[in-house]
Amino acid sequence: MAKKFQVVIDRERCKGCELCRSFCPKQLIEMDTQVNAKGYCPAKMTRSDECVGCTSCALVCPDCAIEIFAEEE
Amino acid sequence: MGEKVLMKGNEAFAEAVIRGGCRFYFGYPITPQSEIPEFMSRELPKRGGKFLQAESELGAVNMAYGCGAAGGRGFISSSSPGIALMQEGMSFLCGAEVPVTILNVSRGGPGIGSIQPGQADYNQVTRGGGNGDYKIPVFAPASIQEAVDILYEAPEIADKFRNPVMVLADGLMGQMMEPVLLPEPKPEITSADIPKVKPWAISGSEKGERSVVKSLRLQPEVLEAHVSHLFEKYAVMEKELERVECEGLEDAEVVFVAFGTMARLAREAMELLEADGIKAGLIRPISLWPYPYSAFEKLSGKTKVVVSVELSMGQMMQDIKLGVLGRCPVKLICRTGGMLPTSLEVVEKTKKILEEVR
Amino acid sequence: MKPVFTVTKGMLPVSTSYCPGCTHGVAHRLIMETLDEMGLLGKALGVAPIGCSVVAHQFMNVDMCEAAHGRAPAVASGIRRVHPDKVVFTYQGDGDLASIGMGEIVHAAARGEKFSTFFINNGIYGMTGGQMAPTTLIGQRSTTSVDGRTREQAGMPLKISELLATLDGPAYIERVALDSPAHIRAAKKAIRKAFEVQLAGLGFSFVEILSTCPTNWGLTPPKAMEWLRENMIAYYPLGVYKDAEVK
Repeated sequence: MAKKFQVVIDRERCKGCELCRSFCPKQLIEMDTQVNAKGYCPAKMTRSDECVGCTSCALVCPDCAIEIFAEEE
Repeated sequence: MGEKVLMKGNEAFAEAVIRGGCRFYFGYPITPQSEIPEFMSRELPKRGGKFLQAESELGAVNMAYGCGAAGGRGFISSSSPGIALMQEGMSFLCGAEVPVTILNVSRGGPGIGSIQPGQADYNQVTRGGGNGDYKIPVFAPASIQEAVDILYEAPEIADKFRNPVMVLADGLMGQMMEPVLLPEPKPEITSADIPKVKPWAISGSEKGERSVVKSLRLQPEVLEAHVSHLFEKYAVMEKELERVECEGLEDAEVVFVAFGTMARLAREAMELLEADGIKAGLIRPISLWPYPYSAFEKLSGKTKVVVSVELSMGQMMQDIKLGVLGRCPVKLICRTGGMLPTSLEVVEKTKKILEEVR
Repeated sequence: MKPVFTVTKGMLPVSTSYCPGCTHGVAHRLIMETLDEMGLLGKALGVAPIGCSVVAHQFMNVDMCEAAHGRAPAVASGIRRVHPDKVVFTYQGDGDLASIGMGEIVHAAARGEKFSTFFINNGIYGMTGGQMAPTTLIGQRSTTSVDGRTREQAGMPLKISELLATLDGPAYIERVALDSPAHIRAAKKAIRKAFEVQLAGLGFSFVEILSTCPTNWGLTPPKAMEWLRENMIAYYPLGVYKDAEVK
């Protein structure tokens, strides 16, 4: 069975730049329609179960808003 | 105990700063102070210090800022046009509260001017050429011994107030030789001592708290509060650092005001005038900022005129007038461009001034 | 849950003041992650420039000071004299380093100063509102070259890594880019190498980091990444310009 990953996006640190969305090879990230306290539409993870844990989203994030965890086997 | 030696001014200045605890020198050659970087390049490596020849005076003052921000005791020296280039750094040093000892062996101006002695940096050093509200204590010694004593003390004053301190000597003092008593060397502050002695300095956050040395304060209310803090500090400096020497003010008909080598010349003129039956006195500001305005309160009713004797077109006149406060006229005897008046010339001009005001 | 990617303690837990999508945040994080992984956060002394990243000390969790515009290499040279056993770095933009601070960076590099410089090249003055930088490309629009930079009017953009590589002082020079996850990984390796070169006492190390300025380029952050890739890398080739072997 494929490993499961959890992508945690800090809604309040996110500035909605969409870099994570554009670099996700599986296009699993969407922008929320609800704004955060700073007035940005933050990124949100959809279909977590399809995440392959490549960390591209976290690597390109300029705001340290993304952390990724793997489920223990 | 100290030792008495015959030394050239510039070398004595450098030795005094090392004995005062400075171990880092950053400089760029410029006449008439180039003996200082030469001396430092020979001496500092032998005495546990570091010498670095900068790419420019801008480089030198910013190296000293880095050194000071890191907790080191830095020393920079230059002459008038080089000091002009360093003004950017001086504003930063004050804004970021970084101590550095600065020596200006001044020469003629404006522009590249001449390499002969001058005092036309008065406004540059007391008013500052850098931006913003800041003050730098400036001491103008009149002998090599006095310069040595002040430079020996300067690193401690700079550290105490976390502010640059400047000593203003002119080219004449840099180049002449006089016997001096060199004080006992003070212990240096090693890099291991810095986290304890200067916890605000950047020496690595492993010391406990993180340090940030900065002058940027984008929020107006924060910057205003910081400048107010600086000015509270400057008010203490005004009380503690004012230095002046007064002679014969009680019965003087004419009072000279002169600093540095011009004070020596004024003293000679006083003796010559005395022989001609004219009583002259002297106010010798040793600190140019804070300026010893209070010394002028000692002027007696017998004084008919106060005469500024300086190697500039009267840059100190403004401060003298602020001290005299209209008690009597203020006149000027000056030469500039590197020309020096003789004491006889000062006597002749004083007599003419007295004829006008009597 | 096992952490795969977590935020380094080298970045303070605050929001940066940078515009959305600005790669300053990525460059900051890479430098701090590297120092963290090397166990050097407590020993690092950084110098922030003038420009948007003058406030880098509000985000980087290490001892730092600000420098006047362009003077960071002189400031770092002074710091280095006081603390020979610490890790010293400057973080400078293209206006700061390649224009007003050209004298300081060239001489620090020529002296082989034992610190590392991270040079953020985004081809524009960010903080002052998008004026032409010494690294603005021919044809690139800015508020002081509204129809695009021309050779006739403003001369040619400066290739700083190549220029510094002509000197004998530097030990290590590499140009990297932040336009993709792969390039970001490579950039981090270069940053690590720069610190390793410094720790080994080999001399001056320099990493030029091609970066974006979506706001002043007038592009969305993803489009800015594409623009960097297609235009900047063509003029500023990635690669190692000076290498030193770390034993």
